[in-house]
Amino acid sequence: MSFLDYAPAPESRAILNLRDRYGLFIDGEFVDGRGEPFHTISPATEEHIATISTANTADVDAAVAAARRAYDRTWSRMSGRDRGKYLFRIARLVQERARELAVAESLDNGKPIKESRDVDVPLVAAWFFYYAGWADKLDHAGLGANPRSLGVAAQVIPWNFPLLMLAWKIAPALAAGNTVVLKPAETTPLTALIFAEILQQAELPPGVVNIITGAGDTGAALVAHEGVDKVAFTGSTGVGRAIAKQIAGTDKKVTLELGGKAANIVFDDAPIDQAVEGIVNGIFFNQGHVCCAGSRLLVQENIHDEVVERLKLRLSTLRLGDPLDKNTDIGAINSREQLERIRELSDIGVAEGADRWTAPCDIPANGFWYAPTIFTNVQTSSRIAREEIFGPVLSVLTFRTPAEAIAKANNTPYGLSAGIWSDKGSRILAVADQLRAGVIWANTFNRFDPSSPFGGYKESGYGREGGRHGLAAYLAPAPIGQSAAGRSALGRGASKGAIEADAAEPAVGARAAKPARGAKRRQADAATKGSKR
Amino acid sequence: MSGTSLVTARERAIAVLGGEPDDATLRRYLHGIPGVDAVGLEQRAAGLGTRSIKTTSKQWALDKIITLIDLTTLEGADTPGKVRSLVAKAMTPDPSDATTPRVAAVCVYGDMVPYAIEALGAAHGDPDDGLISVAAVATAFPSGRASLEIKLADTAEAVAAGADEIDMVIDRGAFLAGRYGLVFDQIAAVKGACRRPDGSSASLKVILETGELVTYDNVRRASWLAILAGGDFIKTSTGKVAPAATLPVTLLMLEVVRDWHLATGQRIGVKPAGGIRSSKDAIKYLVTVAETVGEEWLVPHLFRFGASSLLNDVLLQRQKIATGHYSGADYVTID
Repeated sequence: MSFLDYAPAPESRAILNLRDRYGLFIDGEFVDGRGEPFHTISPATEEHIATISTANTADVDAAVAAARRAYDRTWSRMSGRDRGKYLFRIARLVQERARELAVAESLDNGKPIKESRDVDVPLVAAWFFYYAGWADKLDHAGLGANPRSLGVAAQVIPWNFPLLMLAWKIAPALAAGNTVVLKPAETTPLTALIFAEILQQAELPPGVVNIITGAGDTGAALVAHEGVDKVAFTGSTGVGRAIAKQIAGTDKKVTLELGGKAANIVFDDAPIDQAVEGIVNGIFFNQGHVCCAGSRLLVQENIHDEVVERLKLRLSTLRLGDPLDKNTDIGAINSREQLERIRELSDIGVAEGADRWTAPCDIPANGFWYAPTIFTNVQTSSRIAREEIFGPVLSVLTFRTPAEAIAKANNTPYGLSAGIWSDKGSRILAVADQLRAGVIWANTFNRFDPSSPFGGYKESGYGREGGRHGLAAYLAPAPIGQSAAGRSALGRGASKGAIEADAAEPAVGARAAKPARGAKRRQADAATKGSKR
Repeated sequence: MSGTSLVTARERAIAVLGGEPDDATLRRYLHGIPGVDAVGLEQRAAGLGTRSIKTTSKQWALDKIITLIDLTTLEGADTPGKVRSLVAKAMTPDPSDATTPRVAAVCVYGDMVPYAIEALGAAHGDPDDGLISVAAVATAFPSGRASLEIKLADTAEAVAAGADEIDMVIDRGAFLAGRYGLVFDQIAAVKGACRRPDGSSASLKVILETGELVTYDNVRRASWLAILAGGDFIKTSTGKVAPAATLPVTLLMLEVVRDWHLATGQRIGVKPAGGIRSSKDAIKYLVTVAETVGEEWLVPHLFRFGASSLLNDVLLQRQKIATGHYSGADYVTID
């Protein structure tokens, strides 16, 4: 027996308590969708997990209306401190149910359990904790005193980090006082729906967060909905471009977090063993389904052979297989469609003359799999050096001088992230200064923290998520002349009807409001912003 | 277990260094080795530590750990009686289970070597053959603060008494002062003192005392230096300085050993010593060895644990697997 053929160590699925069918989460309740339901499957085995509702336009209307009601009546009037309490409660519940969420995520997405357990879910909790702390400190978010929430946020998230992207979207939106309609990707709705159960457990007021499922049509209807004040999207550049067109000319605020083709630059004085680890973590983390993946390795020509040699040795120890096995390093590709795309681009790489090397590993019979692959002899003009593959495929290019490294790194339509490996601190700073990328890692890769803003240049999108900057995406400065007048309980999207309702019967969350803020202020509010709808 | 030839070691060092192993040449060489990023190294070690070793793999690992242990007593209060007791434990780790393998070696102070050999009797021999070696610490262990003459005499006496393995300490003061040539020469001289009259040699383990070298860059350089000077094994610690063996330090030393093997084809052993007390920790080391240098390193002449309390924890885990329930400290012998 070989010790390295570790005995199976599968994480138990017994902790999951899944339903056969999931409805839409609207106004605090699960309701059946009126569209044609679809199935979510495990990409590792292609087995059916659950039947999921599709939201049609009427359902989207209902969800946006619920979010609007919750915004007008409850959430926008609640004090920041109280909003923070809900967020802290959600964060704690995520921690309590961490194992269940991790198993569900690996089952539905195909990512290895060690990643969902050690990276995704802990970061989800961290994101809620972080923004919970911001909820009552918005005056310090950099927008002046009394910044206002925007209203109803439409959020569409991708399948690569289903729950983490949900947290990135929902946590700052709620902290800032907005309500949310969120649509998870159709291949990975499961954890968002379990998260909806957590929201019920946390007794979040109904309608503050609504989760609707469906395919691209549902997302398009949500983004286009006229009751929406803010659109936040993470996904492909193609869809992002369509969204930008769709909402052009409206007053919806938008943040887009799109594709990337990050350069991972390895200088010849790099700590070589850690650089190899970083290259592996940069492109093979989450099967390369990472928008900020270090998919272009730029290695100084004088150490190219050594780095590639060590990389191949290291890749030979990666374990591909059952995502729920605790020893799995490389899980399943999320969908057949994505697998086809990876295969197509890899074949193009070969046709263009690059040398393909694939790590030796057994591919399971069922499910969608792609073995870790390296392309050497890749030219800057190759399509595999230009286009986002979104899979476990690394393109290796070389450079001779720091100036050439910078030029090659920036020579891409994208600009989401980059990595620099060098033992020389001054070089790291000098190179980082000239890279046009939203996130730059030095001697590490794919590390995330809620306090650090994340976002892109050029075709990688605009707006920032995370940190203080992430709040700016969900806030507007107070109207001129009002910032010193005291905190307004109402945001930009508040309707006139709600203002009157407020005057008649103050909502629970608004009871802390000072009596001095009388009808006069509210009139000013209404006059300045008017009714959104 | 016998050590490698001194002459070839020196010739190989000169070939690798491209010159005589003096301070300047060694400095150029050792400082030309790529640096170590501490965060990345510790992250990798932590990642290896999350491997989940279950059922049959765990059974295999527990037995393997026992066969790799240098069962150690290094106390001022050591007596012939204590050493005899240690040897008995080494030969029969678990009297309630005859299938329990023997440890690789007993590790004692030089003056205790005759008692260990006498107690071992026919069981004394090469751990690769299922027998038990005697390892002696030497060279003014643990500080190494003595003249070279005393260190050599210390070593020669242990070898003459029958020690199969010598665990020497490097002069950390000289290393930190940049006197790499001096450290090299001392290791090479001790290696010479390991030679027996019949031409064979005791195996030489070089203790770096990583807790005093502090930085990973220093550990990497000291590892290269010890191997260049002819060490058969590189060992983390004396066990007298905290921190002793850690997983990141051991991973780093394994990477050096891997690179040396790639460069020269020679296999060097690694011995983490001190601080490894639980089976769970020891299994992390096995995983790190297997995934860094390969499974073929998991043999007594290429990997050892310097430990005393580890053995009993492994025995308790073995009993748990055999009987299905946990017992307690009184179900294994204290030594």
